[in-house]
Amino acid sequence: MIIATAIALLVVMVLALVRALLGPTIHDRILAVNVFGTKTVLLISVICFISGRPEFLDIALVYALINFVSIIGVLKYFEYQGRDEREGMQ
Amino acid sequence: MIDSVLAILSAVMLGLGGFFMVSGAIGLLRFPDFYSRMHAASMTDTLGSYLVVGGLMLTAGWGLPLFKLALILVFIFFTSPTAGHALAKSAQHCDLRLPGGGASTKKADNEISGSAQGPDSRDVVSADRV
Repeated sequence: MIIATAIALLVVMVLALVRALLGPTIHDRILAVNVFGTKTVLLISVICFISGRPEFLDIALVYALINFVSIIGVLKYFEYQGRDEREGMQ
Repeated sequence: MIDSVLAILSAVMLGLGGFFMVSGAIGLLRFPDFYSRMHAASMTDTLGSYLVVGGLMLTAGWGLPLFKLALILVFIFFTSPTAGHALAKSAQHCDLRLPGGGASTKKADNEISGSAQGPDSRDVVSADRV
């Protein structure tokens, strides 16, 4: 069942990448990258249990931290983009 | 006895987690606008993560891996709703609207300030803006 979960995680990551490439607005892409990052954390944890190497869990933990901080940073960068563009036009 | 019960419970949780994550990804791919996509993705993301990490915790046994998995679970528990909230707030500040004109608290303000110039294209963010 662990291997089936790993395959499901890979399918989910492919679908999130398709949304990140298609996504019409920047927020769709950020959302897809967020989903991709969370699924990466889970995939590293699952691979740890498949291959029996417990040090992979440290990598998963660090990846969870980096994923959250990068999403918040990118969102702060894009948060007022639309308003600035509109006020610049007026 | 207890080992087989834990194995069955873990398999059920891993299978349910995989099902929720795949359904959320299909929703992320096929829903029509950003807010419904975000709803599908963040709901199933949270539940699928809990189920998968919980299923792994049941197979881990007592020890350091169990503690690390619990740490990952607590971290996902706090960061996943926070990231979803920040994403929705950022989308609202960018005036990303539903096509029907909902999902913004600044609609009246925009109508007052935009009435001198007539109706413009603010209501729907154009798709190729990025």
